[in-house]
Amino acid sequence: MNEIVIETHNLTKRYGDIVAVDNLNLTIRAGEVFGILGPNGSGKTTTILMLLGLTEPTDGWARVLGFDPMRQPLEVKSRVGYLPDQVGFYDELTAWENLAYTAKLNGLARPVAQRRINEALERMGLADVADRRVGTFSRGMRQRLGVAEILLKHPQVIILDEPTLGLDPEAAREFLQIIRTFKEEKITVLLSSHLLHQVQAVCDRVGLFSHGKMVVEGTVMELARQVLGGAYSVHLRAVGPDLTQALQKLPKTISVQRLNSDLYKVEAQEDIRGEVARVAVQVGAHVLSLGLEEPSLDEIYQRYFQGVTAA
Amino acid sequence: MKPVREGSPWRGLWVVVAKEMADHLTSVRMGILEVIVLVTAAVTLYMALRNLPSGTSDFLFLRLFTTSQEPLPAFVGFLGVLVPLIAIALGFDSINGEFNRRTLSRVLAQPIYRDALLLGKFLGGLCTLALVLTAIWLMIIGLGIFRLGVPPTGEEVARGLLFLLATIAYGGIWLGLAMVFSVRFRQPATAALAAISVWLFFTVFWGMLVGLIVQAVAQWSGQVQLQVQLELFLARLSPHTLYVESILAILNPEVRALGPLLLVQFLQLEGWGVRSPLPLSQSLMLVWPQLTGLIAGTIVLFAIGYVLFQRQEIRA
Repeated sequence: MNEIVIETHNLTKRYGDIVAVDNLNLTIRAGEVFGILGPNGSGKTTTILMLLGLTEPTDGWARVLGFDPMRQPLEVKSRVGYLPDQVGFYDELTAWENLAYTAKLNGLARPVAQRRINEALERMGLADVADRRVGTFSRGMRQRLGVAEILLKHPQVIILDEPTLGLDPEAAREFLQIIRTFKEEKITVLLSSHLLHQVQAVCDRVGLFSHGKMVVEGTVMELARQVLGGAYSVHLRAVGPDLTQALQKLPKTISVQRLNSDLYKVEAQEDIRGEVARVAVQVGAHVLSLGLEEPSLDEIYQRYFQGVTAA
Repeated sequence: MKPVREGSPWRGLWVVVAKEMADHLTSVRMGILEVIVLVTAAVTLYMALRNLPSGTSDFLFLRLFTTSQEPLPAFVGFLGVLVPLIAIALGFDSINGEFNRRTLSRVLAQPIYRDALLLGKFLGGLCTLALVLTAIWLMIIGLGIFRLGVPPTGEEVARGLLFLLATIAYGGIWLGLAMVFSVRFRQPATAALAAISVWLFFTVFWGMLVGLIVQAVAQWSGQVQLQVQLELFLARLSPHTLYVESILAILNPEVRALGPLLLVQFLQLEGWGVRSPLPLSQSLMLVWPQLTGLIAGTIVLFAIGYVLFQRQEIRA
């Protein structure tokens, strides 16, 4: 196992009577891409701010790269790149000047700073607009400038808070591609979002947040098993006699739905595509297609929060 | 056990100061104010040069600042209004402006403490103010040398520098106040209005209010001594009074006492010969409490802003 990069123990933040983060225990290892998923107000941003030492926890502790964000925030912040939700820049300065200010705040020597700024702008595709005032930038460009700012620190950990919020689908897709490159460089990434399919596309592990608690945690498959009760759904398209009865007799089947005359959805405890095909052929139907539906985070999320509100 | 922070709170301070000064000096807002100050200085200097009492050669350079021609007040009179205005303009959107542009969390995610950001912004504003005032000051002295044809004496220069220092300290108070409001109020317009209201209150209404209070006390107690002391005490709560008193004594070496004179003191002064100027050290003694008051006020206001800012959550 890789070394632990981010660790929290019973981390708690209360604002008066409101509990924003409730006894959070989180462990993220080097090189992982971890997604924090949850509706607005579930404590995602507060958790991130506590990891950076920008907000004081009421109780519990956190360690980032072995440093205590409360006592050694400068150590943490010089190693961690943070992109806040709705990142803002000084509109009257150029992209280059904005990054130069950050570089100086990080104490980078001038030649190093210049080289890193140029590299970062180049990599984010902003080299052509380096001398344009940020006031003229689009939302997507600002977001990329935010990433350029992170890159110039050469961080070990990158924390992104709702990075794709307000981006058009194309820009969001590009952004996810950027996050994948971090993974290739073995940078640990903590990503918060409420856009499930995006988290699913890039994250190794996901933590589902609700009311300040991390209610479920694991890979997408593990989450599916926990929340959806280990269901696999098999889609079968076949013409011929009604297969509902026959499919229901299979030992691992939970339920069978006939969605239309030739489409069936079989919920099962395991991947039973083989059995389904055999049964269909035995009964005398023509199998047109057979597929396994991968559990989607959307479904997990929906199912989980349905359960919570129902309870 | 209270955890102790590690690392210097001043890391990044000068980076912030440099950026703030660059921002201020290139902003349109400061450009407008600089033009106003420059025009005021030019007009009052012209008036002063025409109206310098002929024959007197004592402290000519100091008179450049204080000589007026009706209906225009002297340069120092204008400064009493312009300096707070510039200071408030430098400070009213320093923190809430960062917040509204959403740059605050990004800047604080860099390896600096909040201390460096706040102090850097304060010093940046103060340095800008000092730079503008010093430039004007040098310009007036320079034009004075040119027109009068004599260099200023050592004492004139020393008094002039003290006057500059008092003016910067006076600006520091309003800058501190504007920054407190910029931490407290999310809207820059609210912060600016609040700061200007406080300034108006102390500059215009405070004097009237003190008069009313003293009148009320006079009806209740007949002691003249007490009334005068009370009036002086109340009036000096206003930074405006402190500033006017200190520059009065610094720029007019003849001034021997500040505040309303008691008859006894006045008679004493007559006996001593009122018109003979005080040496610099004595003038300094006279305004020492006023000067320290101005500087202390600046520090207290900065401290209030500091405490508010440290406790503030950086997200709404």
